[in-house]
Amino acid sequence: MTAGEHTDARRAWVPSALELERRAYRRSRTVRSAAIASISTIILVGVLGFVVTSSSGWPRVKETFFDWDKAVASFPAVLNGLWLNIRVLLVCSVLITALGLTIAVIRTLRGPVFFPLRLFGAAFTDLFRGLPLLLVLLLLGFGVPALGLDGVPQEAVFWGCAALVLSYSAYVAEVFRAGIESVHPSQRAAARSLGLTHTQSLRFVIVPQAIRRVLPPLLNDFVSLQKDSGLIAVLGVVDAIRAAQIETARDFNFTPYVVAGVLFVCLTIPMARFTDWVARKQGFQGGGLL
Amino acid sequence: MSLLSISGLRKSFGDNVVLDGFDMDVAPGECVVLIGASGSGKSTLLRCVNLLETVDDGVIELAGQDITDPRVNPDQVRARMGMVFQAYNLFPHLSVLDNIMLAPVRVHRRRARAEAATAAQEILERVGLADKARVRPDELSGGQQQRVAIARALVNSPELMLLDEVTSALDPELVGEVLDLLVSLKADGMTMVLATHEMAFAKEVADRVCFLHGGQIHEEGPPASLLTAPTRERTRAFLARFVGL
Repeated sequence: MTAGEHTDARRAWVPSALELERRAYRRSRTVRSAAIASISTIILVGVLGFVVTSSSGWPRVKETFFDWDKAVASFPAVLNGLWLNIRVLLVCSVLITALGLTIAVIRTLRGPVFFPLRLFGAAFTDLFRGLPLLLVLLLLGFGVPALGLDGVPQEAVFWGCAALVLSYSAYVAEVFRAGIESVHPSQRAAARSLGLTHTQSLRFVIVPQAIRRVLPPLLNDFVSLQKDSGLIAVLGVVDAIRAAQIETARDFNFTPYVVAGVLFVCLTIPMARFTDWVARKQGFQGGGLL
Repeated sequence: MSLLSISGLRKSFGDNVVLDGFDMDVAPGECVVLIGASGSGKSTLLRCVNLLETVDDGVIELAGQDITDPRVNPDQVRARMGMVFQAYNLFPHLSVLDNIMLAPVRVHRRRARAEAATAAQEILERVGLADKARVRPDELSGGQQQRVAIARALVNSPELMLLDEVTSALDPELVGEVLDLLVSLKADGMTMVLATHEMAFAKEVADRVCFLHGGQIHEEGPPASLLTAPTRERTRAFLARFVGL
């Protein structure tokens, strides 16, 4: 058979009656499971909604947490605060990625020469994974400016970011290290056999594969960072949470907190879907929304 | 009646039509060896039979049952066959014995754990690795790993064994171990479909050799005639590369 005949045969192919029947059956199963999923979801939501709204405390809950006018009034202030969270997030995630990867690579270096570096890497991760983030925030945010040292920034936002970067880098470094260790030794052998140095094999062969592999857990850490960026509010910085607190303090209506919460969730949902998408692209089965 | 009966099978990946109106029947106890260039569809055929791929068209019947029917539970069908892969595909986190016991305990639940362990140990003896039960797969040689993989498939008493280039990753000395095992399997009456580049395999175990080309069986026959005196041009050109036949 020549290539030409092959092409003709392909164009000529029409699914057999049996295959069409199989497709119809698969389609009907898909429709059926989609219908079951939708109906059960609607029933569940309906029942939950009814139980909640018909309970005796609901009017008070509604008034305190879901006051529409209050929500509209506090929205601009909270949104303005959220902008700070977003900026903190963007700057910190770049720094965290860089520092985390550096520490992970340091920890994989071999040979006695690098012992001090390895020791530093291990000590860093041990220390900052162990310290509560809030403690680091308070130490740096209140402690360091209080020293009044020359040439040291005084801004709360700067030290808030520093605390986030230090704590999260320790976590992210361990994620990267797990990725690096998971690349099969044969890859290192192949890279070294081509004459690449240890650093070059890391840079061009090992780390690219490691990053691909750890991207989902890494993004997970950044979703977490998105929320923890709110912790810098303890330093007196007006972020979304602090703004909501200020609004709430006026009349003890908690709706601004709900507004801030909704905004944070809206911020993390695209990130979570992006994580799922990346994971699926890498052939992770299952997971995701459905 | 045929144990395995394939008719009009079509499977494509995007624009690449790998199997195109493929027909084949395998009688019980028969050993069919598939040969052909890389990409000729040997592996795809085995994967289709094992329902690891969804076929585009055509019918595959196992002991008279249409297994391409979407109403059929693919897990139950797969439990009736054994598949062995080129790269062994042993589970590295389990010992040799646990690799073999996984399906008897989790899939073929009729067996108690102790009973499954006995059966696994027996099958390990059969493949000559009784002393390796507690070892992790990565501590074994390639030939030993492949024999474990065959044992893992055999322990479920499959009706049919599908072997996909099981010796391609082995050096000639280790190929012998696996070949001996297959010869003894055949002597026991196991039905096998085997894809290979190893013509020695075809000679030793095949009842029938099929040369795959253009998505179909281009030529088939008993090994003695097909391997030494092929009638069609393509088959001759393919076999010309294997000296000493």
